[in-house]
Amino acid sequence: MIKLLTYTARRIFSLIPVLLGMTLIVFAIIHAIPGNPAQVILGQRATEQAIAEVTKQLGLDKPWYIQYFDYLNNLIHGDLGNSLRTRGPINEEIWPYLTATAELTIVAMFIAIVIGVNAGIISAWFSKSWFDYVAMVLALIGVSMPIFWLGLMEQWVFSIELNWLPTTGRENVRDPITAITNFYLIDTLLQGRMDHFITAVKHLVMPSAALATIPMAIIARMTRATMLEVMKSDYIRTARAKGLRMFWVVYKHSLKNAIIPVLTVIGLQTGLLLGGAILTETIFSWPGIGRYLYDAITFRDYPVIQSGILIIAAIFVLINLIVDLLYVLVDPRIKYSK
Amino acid sequence: MKKKSTTFKMLLISLLAISMFLVGCSNNSKETGGKKETPTTSSEGGSKKDTLVYGRGGDSTSLDPITTTEGEAYKVTINIYETLLNYGDQDTTINPGLAEKVDVSDDKLKYTFHLRKGVKFHDGTDFNADAVVYNFNRWMNGNDEQFPYYSMFGGYKKDEGHVIKEVKAVDENTVEFDLKRPQAPFLKNIAMSAFGIASPAAIEKYGDDFRNNPVGTGPFKFVEWKQNDKIVLEKNPDYWQQGLPKLNKLIFRVIPENAARLNALAKGEIDVMDGLNNSDEDTVKNNPDLQVIERPSNNIGYIGLNTTKKPLDNKLVRQAINHAVDKKTIIDAFYGGKALPAKNPMPPSIEGYNDAIEEYTYDLEKAKALLKEAGLEKGFEIDLWAMPVARPYMPEAQKVAEVIQESLSKVGIKANIQSVDWATYLEKARKGEFGIFMLGWTGDNGDPDNFIYTLLDKDSIGSNNYAQYSNDELHNILIEAQTETDQTKRNDLYKKAQEIIHEDAPWVPLVHSTPLLAAAKDVQNYLPHPTGSESLLKVEFK
Repeated sequence: MIKLLTYTARRIFSLIPVLLGMTLIVFAIIHAIPGNPAQVILGQRATEQAIAEVTKQLGLDKPWYIQYFDYLNNLIHGDLGNSLRTRGPINEEIWPYLTATAELTIVAMFIAIVIGVNAGIISAWFSKSWFDYVAMVLALIGVSMPIFWLGLMEQWVFSIELNWLPTTGRENVRDPITAITNFYLIDTLLQGRMDHFITAVKHLVMPSAALATIPMAIIARMTRATMLEVMKSDYIRTARAKGLRMFWVVYKHSLKNAIIPVLTVIGLQTGLLLGGAILTETIFSWPGIGRYLYDAITFRDYPVIQSGILIIAAIFVLINLIVDLLYVLVDPRIKYSK
Repeated sequence: MKKKSTTFKMLLISLLAISMFLVGCSNNSKETGGKKETPTTSSEGGSKKDTLVYGRGGDSTSLDPITTTEGEAYKVTINIYETLLNYGDQDTTINPGLAEKVDVSDDKLKYTFHLRKGVKFHDGTDFNADAVVYNFNRWMNGNDEQFPYYSMFGGYKKDEGHVIKEVKAVDENTVEFDLKRPQAPFLKNIAMSAFGIASPAAIEKYGDDFRNNPVGTGPFKFVEWKQNDKIVLEKNPDYWQQGLPKLNKLIFRVIPENAARLNALAKGEIDVMDGLNNSDEDTVKNNPDLQVIERPSNNIGYIGLNTTKKPLDNKLVRQAINHAVDKKTIIDAFYGGKALPAKNPMPPSIEGYNDAIEEYTYDLEKAKALLKEAGLEKGFEIDLWAMPVARPYMPEAQKVAEVIQESLSKVGIKANIQSVDWATYLEKARKGEFGIFMLGWTGDNGDPDNFIYTLLDKDSIGSNNYAQYSNDELHNILIEAQTETDQTKRNDLYKKAQEIIHEDAPWVPLVHSTPLLAAAKDVQNYLPHPTGSESLLKVEFK
């Protein structure tokens, strides 16, 4: 246990150089791409003089390394800086976007994992059956589905034609939800508003399903592949020879050994989704981190781009760490000593 | 044991069933989720009839209108703040606003505004002469970065070109503006929504955060702003116009994708949407619950011809290109027929428009003849820059560019289509790096000066005169027009200016587009304004 804790501590400590490297790379890239924020701020009304003035006010006329160290200095003090576009402090601004994306991601990944893993298992169990073929063809379609098209089709079928679900957004704006944590599923329950809870769920169904499509398909394919591998092994044959129920053989003995690569994929996919799914967020008008960053990039809002990517990178690394730690729980043979 | 095995079988079967339904085919997952729900989502609560939800493509960047030049901001702020003077409901004529009357001295150097009495800001403080003076002083002591639109008055206090010498309170309800020299569009500038009068007490209280906490005198009060999601306003119960506004609540929602926004409108989640695709007009018209609303045109989409780049420095070449562009095809294909072909650099709705000018017709033979005269009968090769973004005046720049490319190839001009991101595009255009390029302009204050001087005078090279066009005769006329306050004489000057521009052909004026909005059928009195932002003061539901 102590070994595990030291391992965790060491991993967290090793985040620092990773994130520092991240800031440097991001900083270099966004300063290398053309386009001046001053030009964007002034738009078509820009004059040479005005642009020079604004550039100076934003501190963009300083050498890049001074800008970088100013940025790092603020970062160490927990200050992500101010957005050039809205002038607001990013520390405060980014929170609602992150939580909106997190809520969507958690629900989407839940759908993807439950369905993806089970479909993969059953496909492997009854491999070469019609279920296997159908599931894998659907998974292939799922991996290659253009989200943009899928989202609009969903809206057309389930909102316009069937009138079951709202098209866009997180709430009914005419009867708004009061945000506490900004996880609307939690907030509505905290307030004991079942009607609002149902509204929040309805708003989540289509975007999370659209978002779940690709990870679900990837997880299903990965689970099937590793399960097939494991189920060929000797100990499975032994287990079956002992007369164990097939269900236990599959869901307990095989799955435990097959789940490690699946966990890795789940971790990666969760990280990806948390980085913001721009397309899903755009079509369903979900005020998430993906759109926040997209706007920032269009506007050359350097501080927001830097901070946003930094936070996403940090989340990504943390999720990887969690996945690594989960390995130990799943497979006692794995030890993190040295 | 037997019992257990049945349980497993059941479990297995149900698992199979669920997976079959759901894997890969995510649509079905919603089906199971949705079936149990009751089918109503949008019209719950009896509040619909006095709450209007406005769906739009982008969020505001600020709710302090002077701090931005971006149109999405004004759509909201025009309902929170009021200006000393107003534009007409659907044009840019000058009407009383917070000022009931304006006296202008004979030398046009002194404007005396008589303010409306008994008007209060949303925070309860009085609107009076001191408040007006406070606002103007705040702006003129700023700079381009803080208050970009204030440059409409020729710059800032520190600048030579600044036309306002002083703004002073004569008494509680009278404000006097002293100018250094006459500025013909002065009153039209005053009416721009950027110059909405804000509560001085609130500006002091919130400081830099005022942009998130707007306080004006307008028909609606600010309630809440969730960035990239919604802005909520509610009725100002103490509004000075009796019986107005009609609506109780106003919600601006951001729905970035045009098609999704139309879906939300069809579903009744929003009541009004802007940015309706021309191709969706029929869909809306065929829906008995919806209506199409046309915004009067106040823009120009054009092809700029850089007059300093060879061979475009030759007037004959520029005229030839004018003859080689088929505007009608472009309008039919990309504007759903809903745009006027342009022949002047400003739309016909602007005073001083010269309708006597004869358009360069689409005539390839004439174009070829002109090129021959210029010694370029074999044609030439040049870059054609197309905007990367959709603008009201140019919804599909890349595709329009392909049509132009095709047209030009018929007279032997090989145009290579180029593009780059919007910020860089504007920067390159400003620096005169483009040869042939597509751009456009939406008017700020409904004055011809805002089109012709801003876009084509030699003073504007380095800002908006992307064609780098310089003509001294034109310059003299435009400067004279800026101070000429006799409207008829002024109009004549602009007509003359348009003749010169037509002859020199620094542009191919392409279109004046008509932006489309869509609304629920029961929305009444929605009067779209040419400037792109309108007060929803009188809007109501049937």
